[in-house]
Amino acid sequence: MDTLKLELKIWRQDSPKDKGEFKTYKVDGLNTHMSFLEMLDVLNEQLIESDSEPVAFDHDCREGICGMCSMVINGRPHGPLKGTTTCQLHMRHFNDGDTITIEPWRANSFPVIKDLVVDRSSFDRIIQAGGYISVNTGSAPDGNAMPIGKEVAEEAFDAAACIGCGACVAACKNASASLFVAAKVSQLALLPQGQAERDDRVVNMVSKMDQEGFGHCTNTGACEAECPKEISVEYIRKLNWEYHRSNIKG
Amino acid sequence: MTLDNKVPEGPLDQKWTNYKSKVPLVSPANKRRLEIIVVGTGLAGGSAAASLAEMGYRVKTFCFQDSPRRAHSIAAQGGINAAKNYQNDGDSVFRLFYDTIKGGDYRSREANVYRLAEVSANIIDQCVAQGVPFAREYGGTLDNRSFGGVQVSRTFYARGQTGQQLLLGAYSALSRQIAKGNVAMYNRHEMLDIVKIDGKARGVIVRDLVTGEYQRHFGHAVVLATGGYGNVYYLSTNAMGSNVTAAWKAYKQGAMFANPCFTQIHPTCIPVSGEYQSKLTLMSESLRNDGRIWVPKNKDDNRSPVDIPEGERDYYLERRYPAFGNLVPRDVASRAAKERCDGGYGVGETGLAVYLDFKDAIDRLGKDVVSARYGNLFEMYEKITGDNPYLMPMKIFPAVHYTMGGLWVDYDLMTTVPGLYAIGECNFSDHGANRLGASALMQGLADGYFVLPYTIGKYLSEDIRTPSIKTDHDDFLKAEKNARERNQKLLKNNGSRSVESFHRELGKIVWDHCGMSRNTKNLTQAIEDIKSLRNDFWDNVKVPGRDDVLNPELAKAGRVADFFELGELMMRDALGRDESCGGHFREEHQTQQGEALRDDENFTFSSAWEFKGDNTPPLLNKEELTFDTVRLTQRSYK
Repeated sequence: MDTLKLELKIWRQDSPKDKGEFKTYKVDGLNTHMSFLEMLDVLNEQLIESDSEPVAFDHDCREGICGMCSMVINGRPHGPLKGTTTCQLHMRHFNDGDTITIEPWRANSFPVIKDLVVDRSSFDRIIQAGGYISVNTGSAPDGNAMPIGKEVAEEAFDAAACIGCGACVAACKNASASLFVAAKVSQLALLPQGQAERDDRVVNMVSKMDQEGFGHCTNTGACEAECPKEISVEYIRKLNWEYHRSNIKG
Repeated sequence: MTLDNKVPEGPLDQKWTNYKSKVPLVSPANKRRLEIIVVGTGLAGGSAAASLAEMGYRVKTFCFQDSPRRAHSIAAQGGINAAKNYQNDGDSVFRLFYDTIKGGDYRSREANVYRLAEVSANIIDQCVAQGVPFAREYGGTLDNRSFGGVQVSRTFYARGQTGQQLLLGAYSALSRQIAKGNVAMYNRHEMLDIVKIDGKARGVIVRDLVTGEYQRHFGHAVVLATGGYGNVYYLSTNAMGSNVTAAWKAYKQGAMFANPCFTQIHPTCIPVSGEYQSKLTLMSESLRNDGRIWVPKNKDDNRSPVDIPEGERDYYLERRYPAFGNLVPRDVASRAAKERCDGGYGVGETGLAVYLDFKDAIDRLGKDVVSARYGNLFEMYEKITGDNPYLMPMKIFPAVHYTMGGLWVDYDLMTTVPGLYAIGECNFSDHGANRLGASALMQGLADGYFVLPYTIGKYLSEDIRTPSIKTDHDDFLKAEKNARERNQKLLKNNGSRSVESFHRELGKIVWDHCGMSRNTKNLTQAIEDIKSLRNDFWDNVKVPGRDDVLNPELAKAGRVADFFELGELMMRDALGRDESCGGHFREEHQTQQGEALRDDENFTFSSAWEFKGDNTPPLLNKEELTFDTVRLTQRSYK
């Protein structure tokens, strides 16, 4: 079986206040069927063995759905493969002898906690500002009481597929969270259940996004290119429409 | 201790209705003064925290992930069952109840399962109202599909990401309550112990995983929604962080642990590819709607599957179980795959795989329809294996997926510690010895949205005069000290072996001895093996770093230490249950056709283990199961 030998340049930062720097490590004998995170597991075992501190990184489901893993690989959030989270990226996409650079998400609104781990609680606060439909438990009508056309349901689903990983922010030169906000605003604006709070929702979420220090969208489309769920920038168009619509209705 | 399951009197179909109309209420003014702690933010914890806060209680919620949106419920693919009968195929509350009891091989409590079936329809309504984008028909009504072990279509789904959409629904409801100030949310906090005062659960000790700070939190009641313990096997479909620690601390504080050996091995997962492997990935059971499972008829047939002619293929599920075919329940499908692989008919490099083939479905329905149904699963398979399932059959093998066992709870979902509740996968209540597909999401949300919010009022209505207890109370300080000392011990151990390597070795013991097939000799041996490995762990484990910073190795070490103790209890439980039932297959007890052979005369009970001290064997208590409505028969899917 083919094996790989790699040089890794990894961002090491002890704490939020630490300045941080790249450090170089070597790993050898890697199976090409390994996932990228399993490759980092191998490195960490090596580091523990040699009394060094392992690299801290966020990860959980390792199935591409929880949105926890977050690293910039050779300059690209989640690495080279389109529509793929880091945990679903496998080593067969790299070559023997490669040097791989690994960094955390870089954005003021995602401060580094340690090494590759960042604080994304700003995303939670944006959802808290209005990313929901206000319906208390027990007060719902029958599920079939409100027919929703298949196309509308599918379009809402495409937006709802966002895993909240933050790759869109990491990819954007302005560190804008527009795609993340657009996905939630669009999902709920498309569905009949979301109509009652439609106008307030978009205004509150956008204003929270600004308050959290995310930048503005300048339509480069980098977010869509790096989104592991391939959420379309079309939804940002929809976000802008929703925002202006609510202002006109005022 | 005598176990009182507190099942209400009356006919099965009226118990819950009567209970709800008679259960004591807590007035709005009193609710504002009562604090509830919810640990875990998956489907059960998220929905419970949101619902309790909506009702007016003051809620504190904890999760170890960086956001409550990431709990492992998010990875559930296939769907959620509900007795809506939208398909007009004869479904009903009774049928869902009956299928679930039968699917669990008659080792669950009738009253709980009936209630689950009753509230299932409300869950769908609630989720639709939250904006969960379920699959729809062209006319705008909700779509359904079939799952294993049943003959109706009652599974609601959102592509292959149903768990994600349901969890984001619960997360949105929770977020709304956080914004209103009704829920205080603590991300990246791990529970290290339960605090008991005068015999009642009164709080938790947690550690902030970022700053390392140990914290004490009071609650009039504590709700554990901390998921299952499948990671005791090291390799499972669970998330890397999924662990038993919260449930295990509850056990050591007096909550009984029920049926720990009832674990679910899911038949359709991507096979293990090497020693480095950190986790396994599920391929949704929904694939068995259209995929056909087979192995070559001839041993060691090394041809590519597409070159093996139809007549030389053994569609063994269709052969053995003509009535249910590829849609037999999970335990049956897993054992059948093992039987073929053990016999030398397995495929792939290791011989530990069978084919899941979509060629017939693609010929019958066209590639577009197959892609619309399963596209994202096919893509995931290709990412992991490098093979294209549109052209080549998938290779699959069973893997640990879910744990039916968990903390023993009564009808109120309260453990044997007053004021301590367990909901979702972390309790044992509804699935018996085998869980049917699409029932985990149903149970998590039933417990959180529609059961616990009622039943907790019964306990709290008697606690309205209890003022908040200060967290400088001796019992809080003592619990914090214990938690600190344990972590210090791990850090100062100066050993030479990593946590990971111990976990891997433990997992192999548990898988080999308490996996798809179990026997007296292996189980007895495993108890000794685990004990000696556990001693080795405490002597030789090496945990780098400090406890006042983010230290993932330290968190992992604490979890693995608890898995050792749980692993031993699983072996004891499996050894004591001298029958086969559901996923618990004792080789000594099988029919001539190799099916699980129950012993209803001696084993119609749930085992509830009571902690008696670190160096004393646990005590087995039994909750006898009585069946007033269903008749116990041998499960047949033929």
